[in-house]
Amino acid sequence: MKRRTVTKLAALALAAGFAGVPAFAQEVLKVGAVAPKTGPLAGGAAVSYWPNVKLWVSDVNGRGGLKVGGKTYKLEVIEYDDQTNPGETIKAVQRLVDQDKVKIVLPPYSTGLNLAAAPIYARYGLPMITSTTTTDKADELSKQFPNVFITLGGAKPTVKSVVDVMTKLRDRGDIGKKLAMVNVADAFGIELMNEAKPAFKAAGFELVYETSYPLGTQDLSPVVKAVKAASPDAFIAWSYPPDTFALTEQAIVEDLKVGAFFTAVATAFPAYSGRFGKSTESVLGIGGVDADGKAFQDYAKRHEQVTGAKPDYWASAMVYSSFQILEKSIEAVGSFDNPAIIKHVKANSFDTVIGPIKFDDHNNNPAFWTVGQWQGGVFKGVASTGRDGAVAIQKKGAWK
Amino acid sequence: MDVVVTGLLLGGTYALIAMGLNLQYGMARIMNLANGEMLVAGAFVAFWFWTGGQISPLLTVFLVAPVAFLLNWLIYVIFLRPLAKRAKSRGQLEVDAILTTFGLSFVAVGLMLAFFGGEYFSYSYLSTPVYIFGDTYGANRVTAFLAAVLICGALWLWLARSRAGMTIRAISVAPESARLVGIDVRRTAALAFALGGAVTATGGSLISTFLTLDASTGVIFTLKALVIVIMGGVGDVRGTIVAALLLGLLETFVARLIDPGLTLAAAYLLFVVILLFRPQGLFGRPTA
Repeated sequence: MKRRTVTKLAALALAAGFAGVPAFAQEVLKVGAVAPKTGPLAGGAAVSYWPNVKLWVSDVNGRGGLKVGGKTYKLEVIEYDDQTNPGETIKAVQRLVDQDKVKIVLPPYSTGLNLAAAPIYARYGLPMITSTTTTDKADELSKQFPNVFITLGGAKPTVKSVVDVMTKLRDRGDIGKKLAMVNVADAFGIELMNEAKPAFKAAGFELVYETSYPLGTQDLSPVVKAVKAASPDAFIAWSYPPDTFALTEQAIVEDLKVGAFFTAVATAFPAYSGRFGKSTESVLGIGGVDADGKAFQDYAKRHEQVTGAKPDYWASAMVYSSFQILEKSIEAVGSFDNPAIIKHVKANSFDTVIGPIKFDDHNNNPAFWTVGQWQGGVFKGVASTGRDGAVAIQKKGAWK
Repeated sequence: MDVVVTGLLLGGTYALIAMGLNLQYGMARIMNLANGEMLVAGAFVAFWFWTGGQISPLLTVFLVAPVAFLLNWLIYVIFLRPLAKRAKSRGQLEVDAILTTFGLSFVAVGLMLAFFGGEYFSYSYLSTPVYIFGDTYGANRVTAFLAAVLICGALWLWLARSRAGMTIRAISVAPESARLVGIDVRRTAALAFALGGAVTATGGSLISTFLTLDASTGVIFTLKALVIVIMGGVGDVRGTIVAALLLGLLETFVARLIDPGLTLAAAYLLFVVILLFRPQGLFGRPTA
């Protein structure tokens, strides 16, 4: 009980902080958001998720409010911390709908929490345009829960892109065919590793070193030492934020000489270049954006003005885009009729900060960024499944 | 050879994480579940000073240690002394302390979220290679190891040789009898608790130079510290050092020679084996 009370108090305090926006004669519309503020995924949510909730509300209210059927509403957010615990996510959604009586519930954060919460969103009939879920099961998911939409892609297309990028580098003569690949022993890392191994073999690569390490491993120097001993031409890690940082730091310390260095989640975080500075040059990572495009640059500028932090170069823009799709659909339908909103999302194409998004028959967004590369202090998209603005891939030189 | 050095470096890190808890649990008899949060707070201060003013974490510790000492002293006096006063037995004090500090850990996480935000704090400090016996190691890890040697050595000398250290050991062994020979048990326990907090926060500042932390990662360190303290024997500085080094060496051996996926399994296997054959820990005294 104690634990719950403390969390709720914290959530209330945070919600109160947001309520400070003066609302004039307009009606106020409560919007619910639930994502980790504590627990293992809190660090990621604090970069990619929460600032976008703040920015979106500030943007909508800055325009005057959300226009629904002749009325204009000022938005007000109720935020709940799910402690990175699926059970808490579900409880928070119930609470938002039943007790707080919100009309709009934003999607949760991360693949696991979104999948866990999909049934409860479906039961309330809420449109759930996920922005941080990567899954290959969009077909099955949309059959079971027609209210769920996937925007961030899946393991298969991501792996295919990474293989394509490496093959391109090899065919150009920038790297050989020797590959070292490691993964974090978690659903995310294991799925991608299992996809990637046969795919690289089929593309003619030779796996000279592979291993997995437990989630939360503090010391990755044994892994990097072993990688170095195998002297690969390219290094790939299906990693999570703390290990992405640790692997990169060790690679710099050990002076791991490879022509391609790829780490997964958090490579696209501003904190990555904040920490490694010039050493990030030509590091490859999962995600990417059209960093030179005007839509992203405008968004990044507003993001920094409103939240005081830079967006990341992968999920941030997608999170904001999913809020935009919801906002546009509600305004187009002109009421809070959820079935009509879901129908509108299915049927139309939306112009968002990431570019146009149009869902396919399985509620899946087929065009997303898969691989990016740090070039001159900016993480630019180098491969996607149909997005504009990809830049040329560079060979990785020595660590600076 | 590089396996041994890497293992020792990791062991040094573990000693930094666990030493403070050993003082708090072993000497002041408070099973502090909010120990990890103190570590994260120390790490954050180091991060803040480094990104804000390029002040070296090695200097920051001289600010972190006294502030953490004072803070922990206050925590002890306000929240924990009443528990120690009314507890009729050691068992009751342990249960009360666990519940209280469990609650405090949530308060601490909430406060840190409010002040620091939920983002990862990570920065690069001394991430340059150092050559030992022809192999490369991160300079920040070597620095943390040297600091661990310094801190643990100083603590051990102080506890073993000085009069103040002796009084602390006395209240650890026999709090009732210690009073009879004129030791102010309440003050000495507060001192041990505060000292433990200061050591933990200092450790946090040092390990933040190579680990990536956020406001809610404290619990991971509390668990690790708890395992090490219990393995080494509650209330014995030597035990904590030996257990920490053992764990570091074992994890590195397994990671390099068998499989990195088995490090956790190996660590807990060692824990279970030690508990089976020496339930009081490597250096612990058997409880009557």
